[in-house]
Order: sequence, then C-alpha cells, then structure tokens
Amino acid sequence: MTKARLATMWLDGCSGCHMSLLDVDEAIITIAQRADLVYGPLVDAQEFPDDVDVTIVEGAVSSQDDLEKIQHVRERTRILVALGDCAVTSNVPSMRNPFTVKSILDRVYVEGADVQKGAPTDGVPTLLRHAIPLQDVVKIDVYVPGCPPSAQAILFVLNELLDGRIPDLKSKVRFG
Amino acid sequence: MSQQISVRIDGQLCTATEGQTIFQVAQANGRYIPSLCHMEGLSSAGSCRLCLVEVQGIGRLLPACTTPVRSGMSVTTNSEDIAHNRLMALELLFSERNHICAVCVSNGHCELQDLAQTLGLNHVRFPYNYPRLPVDVSHPRFVLDHNRCILCTRCVRVCDEIEGAHVWDVAGRGINSRLVSDLDRPWGESQSCTSCGKCVQVCPTGALVEKGRAVEEMTKRNAVVTQLAAKRETHL
Ligand code: SF4
Ligand code: SF4
Ligand code: FES
Repeated sequence: MTKARLATMWLDGCSGCHMSLLDVDEAIITIAQRADLVYGPLVDAQEFPDDVDVTIVEGAVSSQDDLEKIQHVRERTRILVALGDCAVTSNVPSMRNPFTVKSILDRVYVEGADVQKGAPTDGVPTLLRHAIPLQDVVKIDVYVPGCPPSAQAILFVLNELLDGRIPDLKSKVRFG
Repeated sequence: MSQQISVRIDGQLCTATEGQTIFQVAQANGRYIPSLCHMEGLSSAGSCRLCLVEVQGIGRLLPACTTPVRSGMSVTTNSEDIAHNRLMALELLFSERNHICAVCVSNGHCELQDLAQTLGLNHVRFPYNYPRLPVDVSHPRFVLDHNRCILCTRCVRVCDEIEGAHVWDVAGRGINSRLVSDLDRPWGESQSCTSCGKCVQVCPTGALVEKGRAVEEMTKRNAVVTQLAAKRETHL
C-alpha cells in the first residue's frame, strides 16, 4: 500500500492548532503508519513538494508571502483543510483589520520605539490590507473551526481523509 | 373572545387563535423554526430573518415571528430554499461586524453561535466587513460593545416594554445603523437608564455585558424577562 502524502502549513496563527495536532498523543504513530509528513513546521523539508494528498493549514492570510504560499499549496494539493478559527474566520489576526496597516506599524515601530524608529522593510513580507480567511483566496475542501480545534476533531479529520472520506464534522466542532 | 381558525403547518392541520403569529402556532404544534431576534414576552421586530418560512401563494419568504396566521393559510417551515436563505442571513450577521469568538466574553454562551451550530454553519462565504466600531464603557456596571451587536433590538424592546425606560434606539440607516442610548449620549451619562440590567440579560450576544467578565465568563438569564412578562400579563 502506498502511503498518503500529508503536509501542514502555518500562516498567521499562534501555532496552537499545530499544538492541538500534536495533542493526539500516541495516535500520531498510527497516522505516521498511514501517511508521510512531507512538509510543514514539524519536519525539515525546505520546498513544498508537488503532488500532496492532504494539506492542513493553520492561520489567516495576512501578508503577501502568506498569499503566495497558500496559492502555491493549493496548486499542489488534492484536499486542502482549513484548520482552526484563524484559517476559517481570520479570528484574532483580523483584530487589526479595522485599522490601516500604516497606523498599526507606526503605533508599534514609531510611537512604541525609543531607538531606530520606523517599521522594518528588509526581509519581511508586506502586510495585506486585511488578514483574511483562506476561503477568500483559495478553494477549501474541509473546514475545521475551533480555537484550537480539539485533538479528537483533528484526528477524526485525518482518519476520515486517509480512509478516502470527506469528514462530517457537525457534532465535533463549533463554529464561532 | 378571539376567533379560532385553522391553518396547515407542514401539511398538518392546526388550530390557532386569530392574531397569533406563524411562529407561535408552529411552536405550539411542536414544529421547530430557528429564531434570534424574537423573544417570548417581548413584541416581535422581524430583524434577523432567521425564522423565514414559506406561505403558499406568496412569492417570497416571510418571517414567522411577525406574520399573523390567517384562516386557511398553508405554511412550510423547512425546505432547501428556506434553509439556503436562513444560512445566508446567519452568515451576513457574522460578516457584518467583528465577531472574534475566541476572545469574546460570551464565547460558548452566545445565541448567535448556538444558531451556527444548529444550522450547521462551518464557514462564512462572504467577505467580512471589518468595520471600526466603538466600545462604550461609560456605564459603571455594564459594557456595550458595538463589534458584537447584531441589531436584533431585543434591548430596545425590553427597556421600552418591560422596564418602561426606553433608553435604547437604533440610529442611522442600513449598514451604518447603530444602537444609541438617550439620543446618542454615552450610556454612563444617560438620564433615563435605571441600571436594571434587563437589556444585558436579553442580549443574545456579547454586545451588552457586565463589566469585569473575562473571556467565556458572561452567561445570561433571559428567562427572567420572559417570566416577568408572563407575570405582568396575569396581573393585568
Ligand atoms: S457575540 Fe457570539 S458570535 Fe459574536 S464574537 Fe461573541 S461569542 Fe462570537
Ligand atoms: S446590543 Fe444586543 S440586544 Fe441590543 S440590538 Fe445589539 S445584539 Fe441585540
Ligand atoms: S426571529 Fe423572526 S426575524 Fe428574527
């Protein structure tokens, strides 16, 4: 039996969803027997590979870099899972949205700085006007809301997908 | 003495009293219709559109909570079209203002969230609006967070109809509509507010809350208001 190719991605989120994924404890071994983790913050791969079966994405799309990454991932993934409230609703990252990017950067890097006033521009991606949910820019196949979604819900999603089914999460997650 | 009439709800023949709404008759006959702005004991406003139903012979959906039954009426309480429109109404409520549930005092005790669960909402298809809205903390005991307000007007109605103070109103039009106290003064400076807290108890979301509550700590007791209203009815 060929193993499924699984990837995870971390955009504008707190990593709590990845922590919840690790919280499945020893069940991670059964997942590892059924799938290879080919990309993500939990493994070393530098490039997102071609031909991935399932990618789980945590976090909102907040920067130009996030936007390019998620589009790149969508093209190379069969089933894209929006994991957690930041990915599904833009959640806490969206709390900056009512304000302009400039006013936020000024508040932090000019008003809030004693030395070297001014927002960094070198080597940091440009922020988008709004932090937005994944479905605003790419097609999503499975939504798993929660802040974070429980380890049980994530395990259920993975097992169902590895069995070739789209999970029915009605009783396992809460929206909002 | 009001007249008894017959109506059909989902094919079932029901007896109703003239003047009752579709919502009341459906409920009395064990049919579930989702609702949010409606509250037992207060007048109906028809602002949330979650109770939409089909009435035979009428080419558009009608809110069950404000539509009176008529003799011979035939009502359908669920269909693909109804479900589609209710879900859309719910998504628009979420997308209109800033509902950051993870950090909301009402998280887990919110009627808007409960409806998302009941209707099976797992994401919003429309772009969020992300408006910049104020939070009024001028009242010594309560907070009004406009970010969480869905303009259901339960607070307006309870204050007017049960407390008799009429502190609240909705000012502005369309997307700019906003709840105001005492003709748009800070709540804390209101001359008419009795600080009874009924508006806080009936507010379905985290828009009207008690001060000092942390995330997930704000539970409401809106049954108290329904009981008060019922007691008043028997008194009259
Ligand atoms: S009012 Fe309800 S839906 Fe809105 S943020 Fe708070 S918990 Fe979420
Ligand atoms: S403050 Fe609460 S009760 Fe009043 S209109 Fe807004 S959501 Fe409804
Ligand atoms: S419950 Fe009928 S419109 Fe809100």
